[in-house]
Order: sequence, then structure tokens, then C-alpha cells
Amino acid sequence: MIAFVARRLLQFIPVLFVIATLTFFLVRLAPGGPFDSERAVSPEVRAQLDAQYHLDAPLAVQYRDYMVALLHGDFGPSFKNPSRSVSEWIVLRFPISLELGAYALVVALSIGLVAGVLASTRPNSIRDHAAMSFAMAGICIPNFVLGPLLVLVFALWLRWLPVSGWDSAACKVLPSITLGAMYAAYIARLTRGGMLEVLAQDFIRTARARGLSEARIVVRHGLRNGLQPVVAFLGPAAAGLLTGSFAVETIFRVPGLGREFVQAAFNRDYTMIIGTVLFYATLILLFNLLVDLAQAWLDPRARHDGA
Amino acid sequence: MTALEQSKQPGVSLWQDAWRRLCKNRLAVAGLVVLLMQAAFALATPWIAPYAYDAQDRALGAAAPSGQHWLGTDQLGRDLFTRILYGGRISLLVGFVATAVALIIGVSYGAFAGYAGGRADACLMRIVDILYALPFTVFVIILTVFFGRSLVLLFAAIGAVEWLTMARIVRGQVRSLKQKEFIEAAYVLGIPRRRILLRHLVPNALGPIIVYATLTVPNVMLLEAFLSFLGLGVQAPMSSWGILIKEGVETMEEYPWLLIFPSIALSVTLFALNFLGDGLRDALDPKRSKD
Repeated sequence: MIAFVARRLLQFIPVLFVIATLTFFLVRLAPGGPFDSERAVSPEVRAQLDAQYHLDAPLAVQYRDYMVALLHGDFGPSFKNPSRSVSEWIVLRFPISLELGAYALVVALSIGLVAGVLASTRPNSIRDHAAMSFAMAGICIPNFVLGPLLVLVFALWLRWLPVSGWDSAACKVLPSITLGAMYAAYIARLTRGGMLEVLAQDFIRTARARGLSEARIVVRHGLRNGLQPVVAFLGPAAAGLLTGSFAVETIFRVPGLGREFVQAAFNRDYTMIIGTVLFYATLILLFNLLVDLAQAWLDPRARHDGA
Repeated sequence: MTALEQSKQPGVSLWQDAWRRLCKNRLAVAGLVVLLMQAAFALATPWIAPYAYDAQDRALGAAAPSGQHWLGTDQLGRDLFTRILYGGRISLLVGFVATAVALIIGVSYGAFAGYAGGRADACLMRIVDILYALPFTVFVIILTVFFGRSLVLLFAAIGAVEWLTMARIVRGQVRSLKQKEFIEAAYVLGIPRRRILLRHLVPNALGPIIVYATLTVPNVMLLEAFLSFLGLGVQAPMSSWGILIKEGVETMEEYPWLLIFPSIALSVTLFALNFLGDGLRDALDPKRSKD
């Protein structure tokens, strides 16, 4: 087990190295630079800026310097917001994205599980069709459509909740729902599928024959076994929630890492872009590893192959 | 019925059988009809659009839906129905062309890996595993920011992102088909390998490929709309549904129809594609249609 985790962690190194290299040359070979968009700077100032950030050195030298710094855990200074280093920006912004992602996950799990169970206990009833229609709507209405529509109804027309921001608890309601909706839909479908399969099995019939209450059968016997597909989905879902909130953070003006990254890309803030990409990649790799571990733990058959 | 009588019945090919099953699924048929209508609208747009797509009526400004302008107008007095028709052309084009790109890369990569087997296969699939770990949305954003917002780049960027799953599916299919007797027979007959791959293996994997392609189109359209929403999609004066939604969001307090109608257009298309995809999966792959 430990050897497996250690081997996987070692595999991270070449992957992250490839990503760092790819991103470095991608942003450097592209036209435009971080100091192009500003008002015309005099050549001296420009040269000074370039010198300050070593942008005047040959690309190979810059690459070597960047990689050496990276090995020391140094992402460098942010070109556009030099008051903080890239690491400090990530430390400042990521907790907000993390909080948003956590709320969204809570929304997704609570709505998704309830809808899925309700649908599976009465298959092909009106209740089932209603729940699955909602799930289809959650998948087909993208979050950058859902978010503005929710703002329109609940913030502008009904005036129940604020339009945007991240200061009060009320501010956090709409972004969390918007981000969680699609995942709630997937979880509802997976729960329904898993539960239908389990509820048709013999041990459930035995439980019924023993005269257990329906609620007890569904919760104690059904859910425990029917939730495995949902557990498998949680890893990619968590990674998606943490790294995929660009649009939601932009719509609701949440000062998280996603919005910071989009702005960094627009500003061509080289170090900030590469730093954020590496951070996101590490997160995704970690979540993939966690999923593999969780699946091995839940299903002993999956333990030996592929490890 | 005796076995003899049964054998005299006309054979039903997989495709006829699948088509029959698909026709029984009302939602899938509805999705297909909606998509065909949209394709027809997109092709006929220049003739059926009530106004020229850049025709402005500044005196009118943003007007609510009326008899003259069915879905209202934007701040420049441009007819929203016309803009949605033209935007749909771009959105559908991106959806289908980028899916085709993903299809070509994914099928050839997956088929080659599956057919080659052994070390080449392991190596190729490890590359796919690594690529899966990349934060792809991030790369598409970087690509479109840095290399300008051209339609061709959009196709390439989105297609390059979406081929991975296709490659995995095709590889799995080819690997299992390769064991079948008819492939062995073809091999013994001395048919060249490339011909076996192209004429015998890939056509037999078409079912899952079609299903997955149908489900890729909505993903691609979502990605395009998402990029447009962030301001990275196609450039004005062209427009897509994503751009219309983005513009609608900016003025939704005063002119809600500018947000609502483009949102409906995009969502209805995504609904149709998903229903059709689910229906095709049930029709072409009856074993896997449980969930």
C-alpha cells in the first residue's frame, strides 16, 4: 500500500515537469507579453522592466532559471501584482475557491442523493420522471446560464439575496447552488442507477420478507451498497469543483483562484499562469490518487490489477 | 415456429434493429427532430432571417419582444431572433467540426494502440493517462488568450481536448474485436494489416463511436459557449450563443429577454443532443443501457 502510494507520488514528478515545460514554452512563444498592454512605456522603462524580471535573457536561460527556482519551491513573483509572490497569491485566493467548492459539494450531495433515492424507490413513477427531468436539466443548463438566471430571479426580481460578492453568508448561497447543480444532477443519476441495481437483489427481498420497514431497507441495506458509483464519481467531482469554478467566480465576483487565473491569462502574467497551472495539476493528480485508493478500499477486486 | 421457418425470415441488420429501437424512444426522436430543424434553420438562415444580422435601428434601441421583433432587440436595435439564428450557425458549426476533429484523432490513435498492442499500446495509453491529468480548461484558456480568437484555433483547441475518452473507447473495442475469429480469418487470408484495421476493425466499433460522438457534441458546444462567456470565443461581428448569453448577462437587469432567449436556444440544443445520445446508446448498445 505504502509502496503503491510512494510509486504514484514519484510519477507525479515527471508529469508535473512536462506540464511546467509545456506551459512555459506555450506562454513564452506566444505573441504579446505582460508589459505590452500598458500605456506606451518608454524604451528605457521597458528595458528596465525586462531586466528586472530577466525577460531580456535568452529563452533557454530563462527556462533554466525558472526550473531551478521551481525545484526550490519558488514560483517567482507575480508580474502584474508584484506586491505578492505567486505562492502568496495562491495561498490568499485558493481557500476561497476551496470554501465555494465545499459548499457546492454539500449542495450536490444533498440534492443528488435525495433525488436519486426518491427516483429509485418508485421507478417509472411520476416522482421518478420528475427527479430525472430535473437531473437532465441540471446537465443541460450550463452554470454560466444558470447563475445569471438565478441572479435575475432571486437577487434582482425578488431581492432575497445579494447579486454578487463573498462577504456574508447570504452572498454564498447562489454561487454554491450554481456550481453544485450539475454535480447534483450526475449524483442523482448515479444514485438512481446504483440503487435500482441493488434493490433488485436477493438480500433486499430477504430484508423485505423479514418485515423490515421500507425506510430501513432503503437506508441501511440499499444505500450502503448502491452508493459505490457515487463514491467513484466523488474524486473527479471534487477535482472539477475545485478547478472548474472560473465562470461561477466571474459571474458572482468571488475573489477565488479561478477568477485570478483567468485574469492572469488575460494579463499574460507568465509566472502566475504557470504557477496556477502547476497547482491545479497537482490537485487533479492527488484527487485521482485518492479515487484509486478509495476504490481499492471499497472493492478488494480492484486492488491487485493496475497497482 | 420451426428453426427452418425462422431462418427464412429476412435478416435484420444491427443498424435496422437499432433504428427501430431508437424510433420507440420518444425523447430521442424528439431530440433528433429538434436537431434536424436546427440544422435546417442554420443552413437557411440567410434566407429566413427577418433582418440583416448587422442591421441596426439605433432609434429603437433595446425593445421588448413585439410583433415586429419577435424576441426583442438589443441596445443597438439589432433583432435578437436574427442574432440567435446567426449565432446558432457558429455554435452548431463549432460543435460538429470540433467533434469531428476529436473523432479523427481519437479513433486513429485508439485504433492504432489497440491493434498494435504490447509495448506500443502500453506507451500510447500511458500518454493518454498523463494527458488526462492536465487541467485542460486551463490550457484551452491559455491557447485562446495567447494565439488570438480564430475559429480554426477554437476547433483545434477543443478537438485536442476531447479526443482522449474517444481514444480509450476505440482502443478497448479494437482490443476485444481483435480476438474474434473473423479477424483471425482475415489475417490468415493475407489481407494487409491496414486493410484489416480500416475495413474490419473500425467499422465494427462504430456503435460506441457514434454514441460517444453524439455525447461529445454537447460538451464541445458547452466549452465553446463557456469560452465565449469568458470573452475568448469567436470575434465580433461574428457571434455565437455563448457571446449572446455573455452580452445578455451584462444587461439582464434592464433587458432580461437578451439573456433569456439565447439561454433557451443553447439549453434546448443541449437537451436534444443529450436525449438523442442517451437514446442512441440504448439502441446501439443494449447491454449497457441500464443506467
